[in-house]
Amino acid sequence: MANQTDVTLFKVLGGQEHAILTDWQNLLKAGGALQTGRIKEAELDTQCKTFLSQLRASVGTDGGVDKSGNSYSSLRSMLGDISRSRAVQGFSPTETAGFVFSLKQPLFNAINKSSDDAATKAASIWYTSLLLDELGLYTIDVFAKTREEIIARQTREISELSTPVVKLWDGILALPVIGTLDSERTQTIMENLLQAIVDQGAEIAIIDITGVPTVDTLTAQHLLKTIAAARLMGADCVISGIRPQIAQTMVHLGVELNVVSKANLADAFALALARVNKTVVSVKALSRVQKNGPAE
Amino acid sequence: MERIPILKMGAALLVTIQVDMHDRLAMALEEDLTAKIAGNASKGVLIDISALEIVDSFIGRMLDNIAAVSRMLDAETVVVGMRPAVAITLVELGLALTGVKTALNVERGMALIQRRIDADVVDRGELDDRSAE
Repeated sequence: MANQTDVTLFKVLGGQEHAILTDWQNLLKAGGALQTGRIKEAELDTQCKTFLSQLRASVGTDGGVDKSGNSYSSLRSMLGDISRSRAVQGFSPTETAGFVFSLKQPLFNAINKSSDDAATKAASIWYTSLLLDELGLYTIDVFAKTREEIIARQTREISELSTPVVKLWDGILALPVIGTLDSERTQTIMENLLQAIVDQGAEIAIIDITGVPTVDTLTAQHLLKTIAAARLMGADCVISGIRPQIAQTMVHLGVELNVVSKANLADAFALALARVNKTVVSVKALSRVQKNGPAE
Repeated sequence: MERIPILKMGAALLVTIQVDMHDRLAMALEEDLTAKIAGNASKGVLIDISALEIVDSFIGRMLDNIAAVSRMLDAETVVVGMRPAVAITLVELGLALTGVKTALNVERGMALIQRRIDADVVDRGELDDRSAE
């Protein structure tokens, strides 16, 4: 099985495991691994211990520096778990990779002490260095992948969260748009709105764009598409909540929205109520009317 | 040849499309409808497409054409019951059917046409017995 260097590393790992472990843990703690409070001392100790024993087992069963081999699979999965949990806990990439790279110094020290032959030591250190580099890179890979998954999930959640269709009254829907309108979100918004129109038998929909940071020609086009689709379904759309600066920018850009637009949601709601032949009155006025009959 | 039935309801015509539209059928419908509007002096045309799952650019244009022709013959076209997916497709195709009125279902579409017929009656200052039929 193993060549000379492997044997040295294996022996060192076997014989001085405790010393290496203590060294490594002290080094990690001195490097501030616990300072942020995101990980407990006991947890870190367990991780170090498991990693070392896994490393020993892997080195013992395999020859060359082939880290994709079967013998390293349990070590890799363990490292993967560690870096995934660190990505979720909010560690930086340096801190995550540092966990593996900081093992170099204790290992080199141990190898130095283990033998007198300079050539053997050099070869062993070279091998160990390669091994740890590769494991460190693997950690970063998993770390980055986990971060990307988190980002993708958040993007999905944001786009779902920010496109609710709200029923304001019988036949009146509101669509508060929050965030930038790109084509993907427009599609979601359109589908949600049209489905809600069918489900609720809505006659009028208010698209409130108070939460849209900028409106450029593309955004306007997306809005117009949504409005055209709603019209095809037989529902009218009113736009509300165009902020003053945005209105100015739109005029300067030459963007035209040929639809009814109101300054705020309340005005748009009043218009929508009028369209469905309803109105809002104060209780006082209502009781006066009930007492005296409608004013002539 | 297969034809789509056109029902007369007072001053309005009612068309429910319940089969897959192919181009010849669409053209036949356009012709029949034009003849009926002229023959009955109809004031409104209601086209129910709630059963249509696929509307291509040709059918979309045909709806626009029917609306334009009926406007010339003094009738209002209302397309009702369009499905959400169809609406999105038409918008993506760039067909907003601006000349066509729309409503969510037949009931609301009929109300729209009725309003137009009533307005006509008021305009002329006479009672139109066709709307009572």
